[in-house]
Amino acid sequence: MALDDRKSDFTFVGTRPNRPDGLDKVTGRAKFGADISAPGMLHGAVLRSPHAHARIVKIDASRAEAHNDVKAVVTRADFADVPFKPGLEGEFWNVLENVMAGEKALYDGHAVAAVAATSALAARDALKLIEVEYEVLPHVTDVDKAMASDAPIIREGAADYSVPEGMHPNVVRYHESGHGDVEAGFAEADLVIEDSFVTEATHQGYIEPHACLGMLGNDGKGELWCTTQGHWIAQKTCAALLGIETSQLRVTASEIGGGFGGKTTVFIEPVALALSRKANRPVKIVMTRSEVFRATGPTSSASMDVKIGMKTDGTISAAQGVFRLQGGAFPGAPGDMTAMCAFAPYNLTNVKQIGYDVMSNRPKQAAYRAPGAPMGAFAVESVIDELCNKLGLDPVDVRLKNAAHEGTKASYGPTYERIGLVETLEAAKAHPHYAAPLKPGQGRGISCGFWFNHGGETSVSLALSEDGSAQLMVGTPDIGGSRASMALMAAEVLGIAYENIRVTVADTATLGYNDVSHGSRVTYASGLATIKAAKHAVEKLCERAAAKWGIPVDAVKWEDGCAVPSGPNAGDFDPMPLADITADMGSTGGPISGHFEATPEGAGVSFGTHIVDAEVDPETGKTSITRYTVIQDAGKAIHPTYVEGQFQGGAAQGIGWALNEEYIYGEDGRLQNSIFLDYRIPVASDLPMIDTVIVEVPNPGHPFGVRGVGETGIVPPLAAIANAVSNAAGVRMKQLPMSPPRILAALKDNG
Amino acid sequence: MVEVHLWSSLRSLTGGQQVVEVEAKTTGELLRALVQAHPQLQAPIDAGVSIAIDGRVIATGLTEPIPEGSEVYLMQRLRGG
Repeated sequence: MALDDRKSDFTFVGTRPNRPDGLDKVTGRAKFGADISAPGMLHGAVLRSPHAHARIVKIDASRAEAHNDVKAVVTRADFADVPFKPGLEGEFWNVLENVMAGEKALYDGHAVAAVAATSALAARDALKLIEVEYEVLPHVTDVDKAMASDAPIIREGAADYSVPEGMHPNVVRYHESGHGDVEAGFAEADLVIEDSFVTEATHQGYIEPHACLGMLGNDGKGELWCTTQGHWIAQKTCAALLGIETSQLRVTASEIGGGFGGKTTVFIEPVALALSRKANRPVKIVMTRSEVFRATGPTSSASMDVKIGMKTDGTISAAQGVFRLQGGAFPGAPGDMTAMCAFAPYNLTNVKQIGYDVMSNRPKQAAYRAPGAPMGAFAVESVIDELCNKLGLDPVDVRLKNAAHEGTKASYGPTYERIGLVETLEAAKAHPHYAAPLKPGQGRGISCGFWFNHGGETSVSLALSEDGSAQLMVGTPDIGGSRASMALMAAEVLGIAYENIRVTVADTATLGYNDVSHGSRVTYASGLATIKAAKHAVEKLCERAAAKWGIPVDAVKWEDGCAVPSGPNAGDFDPMPLADITADMGSTGGPISGHFEATPEGAGVSFGTHIVDAEVDPETGKTSITRYTVIQDAGKAIHPTYVEGQFQGGAAQGIGWALNEEYIYGEDGRLQNSIFLDYRIPVASDLPMIDTVIVEVPNPGHPFGVRGVGETGIVPPLAAIANAVSNAAGVRMKQLPMSPPRILAALKDNG
Repeated sequence: MVEVHLWSSLRSLTGGQQVVEVEAKTTGELLRALVQAHPQLQAPIDAGVSIAIDGRVIATGLTEPIPEGSEVYLMQRLRGG
């Protein structure tokens, strides 16, 4: 998309007004997924497999169906017959199979049946009346074991075109890329380090569990209210899984209590609709936390081998990585993304990366902020840190020496446009944190991180009111402050106050298609669409002013919220404010609105650099993060407070992922820690104050220079924290999380 | 003519070629021309690809123009969270 009107002086953009949803959220007025009910509503509950891998021999629901309180029971037979295809081509089938098991239960927690009853308690009790006969099968939950020749086969035929012959059927996608000659590069190196790294699966950990209310009649018309990052994809997927027309299902997104990628698909939504269709009444389902852990999310776990060669002056002569990602019992683990992002911060002559997507008996992985990138960065940046330590080099200097910049051939192929990695590294070097002395027992870690960002299909509509205020309808659920940033961008174009613009997340029946709020795309793509929609409205405002003045429309320009005459022959008129034009718009041509629909294709890539100080207690193995600084290129920060919040959120989630969070499976393949008491996400007392530095290297693909900021912030923390902990403990930590038992074991092994 | 750079693992579908020359003025034409030249590329294209033109990643659009002399890379479709 050509942008010939880039702006760099701003009135509203870059300010920090109050958030528009603040009062609703602090007073409890905001309506989240579970905050809804309907007349005649039933409550749904889902029966889940207690086995990691089992053939479903028989489901007998007759006792449940006979119960007075039960109004419907559904199994796989109550869903559409979606065709199976290998790899991600068959994603509708994959989602259906995950939503409700077919022939086999594929992981502990896999849905096998569901009931709708007159109360939530009755629904849960009724689950006990459903008898399921299982034939338990061998299972595998570890990525390396799932690739071994003797591993149980999850599903034949799931691999796509990309997998080389001879690999186990659990390997379902393969990616290889790079350039140069890595062997020649390693031969040039003064020091080569090769090592292996492991990360465990973690959950996105959103505070709000999945919740929805579905209504579907036998006429194929339905309504769905749900907590989601994308209600159009929910609409499309539910329609496909239930065999109804997409447009006949209207989906409304609730307020969302966190998503982080985990709410970009559906789980209970098609189940509620199937139950509703059978019972002919609305059905509400709210997951328990245990269900959230067992059957939604999590991110992939990873096993990785990284080899890097370096010269004594710090130049990286070659880099190679093999990244094996486990994504549950379905294709989709982002091994390709891990591979493409792992070395992206560096200007490399010789680089090669391989990614595997591997199935195992775990829940279907879901995206989690920059899916796949944090694991790769952990492995790569750990090896770079070790090289710096061994060669006695400064870790920021080495990264600056090798940093990618405009014109660098990226490790994944193309040549970078203008990017801001060097600026983040220079800011790191200049930051007081980097020069601050460390106490005994403390270590400092550095890491860079990269993420692509995304554009995606986007529709926005803006309508002006008679009093000169504006309402803006967007289709991207507000997961990171987008209503505030949209209002700021509209205010910038219209020239009216931020407070005079109300932004609404429209439902699927009132706006054109919008992709999910993912890929750090909202401020970029919905923002670009908002700017274009506001400009569309401004064109009409100028037309009305020109007509009132009796001058040509090209003799009118828009300045500071007013139409003003422009040019030598325009005449001498006082500026005409927006509200003066909208006051009588009904009689001067009708309502004034602006809209924009497109797929913006200029989301600029983004880089960040993190500095972390950690202190390790050698007696207990407990790690404290004592100082944390996030430096990231935002292109242009529309609402800097929200940008800082994204940076801090990435660091906080990264601290959890690095130090404590992990899916723990027993020998029986069942998840051992499916509540927050046993799955330890960071609490306030685990976190230091997290300092932030916003770097602004404008994205050439956005009118205001915006780059997405939602995901890059989760990429460096695992590595930066691991480097800090390793430097504090004096031993290289190669497995996440670095929980106290693992640190104690590493200290013991190190003598 | 446009030189299209493929990712390494696609070489097995193009007889070892990592750079394929095709006639195309838009991203949509480019994908059609790639399949015409190497029918086995239909599978990765169906699985989802993006196209980088002079470093700018076109995630899905089939109507994006490809200026003469551009650097063009075929990439796996990006997915975000």
